[in-house]
Amino acid sequence: MCGMSREKIVKTTTDIDSLRSEIRDKSVRVIDVRREEDYKQSHIPTAVNLPLANLLSDDTPERVLKLVNTMGIDDETRVVVYDDTFGALASRVAWTLEYLGHSDVSLLETTFSKWKSLGLEHDNNTPDIQNSNHSIHLKPEILATSDYLEKTKDNPEVILIDNRERLNFLEQHIPGAISLPYRTLATPEKILRSKEDMKRLLDNRGILGNSEIITYCGSVGTLSGLAYYALKSVGLPNVKLYVKSFKEWKGLEKPIAKQEDANYWDLSAE
Amino acid sequence: MTVSGIKQSHQNSSKPKINWARIEEAEDFANTVKLFRQGKYDEDSFRRYRLQHGAYGTRMTSDYAMVRIKLPAGEIYPNQLEKISQLSEQFSIGSAHFSTRENIQLHWVILEDVSEILRGLAEVGLTSREACGNSVRNVMCSPLSGVCPDEQFDSTPYALATARFFLRNPMAQNLPRKFKFNFTCCENHGMVRMVDVGLIPQTRDLSGIIQKGFRIFLGGGLGNKSFVGYQLEEFTPEEDLLYTSIAVMRIFDRLGDRKNMARNRMRYLVNDMGWEKFQNLVLKERAVVRATQSVVTHLDVDHTPTEIKKPIRISDESGNLISDGYARWLKNNALKQKQSEYYSVFLTLEAGDITSSQLTALATIVREFSSEGHARAGFVQNIALRYIHEDDLPRLYSRLLAIGLAKSGALTMAAPIGCSGTTSCNLALTNSHRLAKEIQRKFLDLKLDQDDDLRDSSIKISGCPNSCAQHGIATIGFFGGGGRVGREMYPNYQMSLGGRSDGETMLGATCHRIPAKRVIPVILKIIELFKKNKKSDDTLKDWIHRIVNGKEDSEVKSILDMRKALDPLTIPPTKEDDPDFFTDYGSDSSYHTKTGKGECAA
Repeated sequence: MCGMSREKIVKTTTDIDSLRSEIRDKSVRVIDVRREEDYKQSHIPTAVNLPLANLLSDDTPERVLKLVNTMGIDDETRVVVYDDTFGALASRVAWTLEYLGHSDVSLLETTFSKWKSLGLEHDNNTPDIQNSNHSIHLKPEILATSDYLEKTKDNPEVILIDNRERLNFLEQHIPGAISLPYRTLATPEKILRSKEDMKRLLDNRGILGNSEIITYCGSVGTLSGLAYYALKSVGLPNVKLYVKSFKEWKGLEKPIAKQEDANYWDLSAE
Repeated sequence: MTVSGIKQSHQNSSKPKINWARIEEAEDFANTVKLFRQGKYDEDSFRRYRLQHGAYGTRMTSDYAMVRIKLPAGEIYPNQLEKISQLSEQFSIGSAHFSTRENIQLHWVILEDVSEILRGLAEVGLTSREACGNSVRNVMCSPLSGVCPDEQFDSTPYALATARFFLRNPMAQNLPRKFKFNFTCCENHGMVRMVDVGLIPQTRDLSGIIQKGFRIFLGGGLGNKSFVGYQLEEFTPEEDLLYTSIAVMRIFDRLGDRKNMARNRMRYLVNDMGWEKFQNLVLKERAVVRATQSVVTHLDVDHTPTEIKKPIRISDESGNLISDGYARWLKNNALKQKQSEYYSVFLTLEAGDITSSQLTALATIVREFSSEGHARAGFVQNIALRYIHEDDLPRLYSRLLAIGLAKSGALTMAAPIGCSGTTSCNLALTNSHRLAKEIQRKFLDLKLDQDDDLRDSSIKISGCPNSCAQHGIATIGFFGGGGRVGREMYPNYQMSLGGRSDGETMLGATCHRIPAKRVIPVILKIIELFKKNKKSDDTLKDWIHRIVNGKEDSEVKSILDMRKALDPLTIPPTKEDDPDFFTDYGSDSSYHTKTGKGECAA
């Protein structure tokens, strides 16, 4: 019962009003992924702190499991993640939980700054957490590695998406990738476009249906993590994150493509 | 409390008066791109359609487009600046480009995303419709119209009305070639003789009654071959403005060359036919147009005056914030308006480029400082903020300084024009865009913006013989090409001297071929020669004017003398001695020319 049908009702983002009522009902674990000093100053009530850098220092499943348990998250806990970086850092943390096998995780639809600017409650209390006992059911189907990319890169059925800024893409990218800068995914108000707007945007770009889609960005899978959730938000079923992204690809001296014969950098106003 | 519906409000939110957009065009564009990609739309029809909607091709690729957003009469409102900022981050390269024709261009846009830009533009009332293709291009108006001390009246409402009349008008959808209107304020802030239809506001006294009208110039234009326009008649009353415009377009539509793409602008028709014959045709045609309109057609000119209201600021930072650069900036970027206590301030951009974060910050500054509540694009890849109260100038300066937009020189020779060149254009042979930036940096380093002798001179650089940067009317103009030593190629420019677009409009005289990496030394050499030979209150512009017209009596008497004086700087070195000579600005690799198909004529 819980497997597939449960997964379908998990929303990619949680709206502000829902989160506030879940906090009141104590039915949610909120994760703040900003730096510790920012968290200590103030955060959304009941939120625990997991700075992204802390997670990235060792994101093996065993370590992540420990972190999840110290945050009191068990298999059934509803989790909402937020950041102050247009959702990209939160996405990377949410994806890591998902990879571990935690299905009920979503992103707050807005950033902490926006939350504060709307005059919503925040405090500096650190909640008391009881350790939990989460299981591990890894989901390799949402992870892409460089080896995997090598194998699929000539497969026309696979859509590879580069989420860095356009100039970076023109300068160098993984051969066959298409450019969808992370800024395209958001609105000034929210970390992701509305479902309808997102669908139209992706549809125009031919990103649709049951195609296998792989996202990547510059180094650690944050911008492409946001894209992972953007694609999920419109129900695309087969999305993978190349979590080590272009930094690893380049380091491994894999082939790189660029837009030739134009001095596009000189057009940027620095 | 629910949060939906909470919106931040701005203290002085001036909203655009005219909605130029039609949202359904965005959807239609998206569908047409899909059909094209599925092979259901042939290449030529698609290109025509794409250009009609303001999406121009990009250098060496069919995956990307450049979206040209029209700013009729140059007007741009704060919410529009913010939207363009957002669109440039989402769909372009995080910066936007102000053109020489009061358009804003977004480059390197994926063709499939163009419709999303059209959608975003429609939210703020802007359009790119008919910004390219064989239509009436953006209707320009002097950035000083309405505030210029020398103007007879403000031509802005007429420019806006003309733009409204012809946008999406069936008679302007398939002309032999593009068609351009420039309105100006006065003779000096010109550009009226270098365009299909140029208009200067004029009044005349009819036994005590002041009648408004225009001096209309026809058949000018810059390009591979440039022509200076002719004045149609002494005075064209305002009620004849639209009839005249329609008459001229009808003649062009009927008689213009639809076959030879290189010769189908109206100026060629005027030249081939001879001015007198063309003039006669226009006057006759106008009589026919006037007599045969089934209803009285007139321009819908909105004379409601713009509300001039000093904005209320939240933060009124007091204290003396004036830094060293202020006086320099004030002198080289601000003009007194005819309205006392008010100034127009021009922003120095680098070859028209502005970042998305600067655009957003600028929107706030316009709201807080401009008493008319919007900004105007200028003729030279710049932006004017008008109705700035004189007491606010120091504060405005420090605000602009904080976002990197307080650079000196906008109104001087230190603000060269560079078209997009090899940064994105299919036709370009050289990186004129970067060269313009390099010249500007050099000029500001040497404080040449401060030099009153150079103030009224200009530098304009095109990346190919076409005249997007208007090099033909520059004091020192350049257009790009390739040079060769043996088997090695190097980027090269044809230099012309003495062009101008004021009351004495003339095209620059060809002087010399200057290798790209020698352009800056050559300009400095010309300035040096001028300083050595100038008369007491000479300006560089006057001095060059005399040389070009054979009226100078110092050591440099003619273009030929100038050529000789510059010769030593133009000799190519060997590749071993100076490998840099063989590369263009912005590139490490050996120079070679490479071009694709132009689309101006499609």
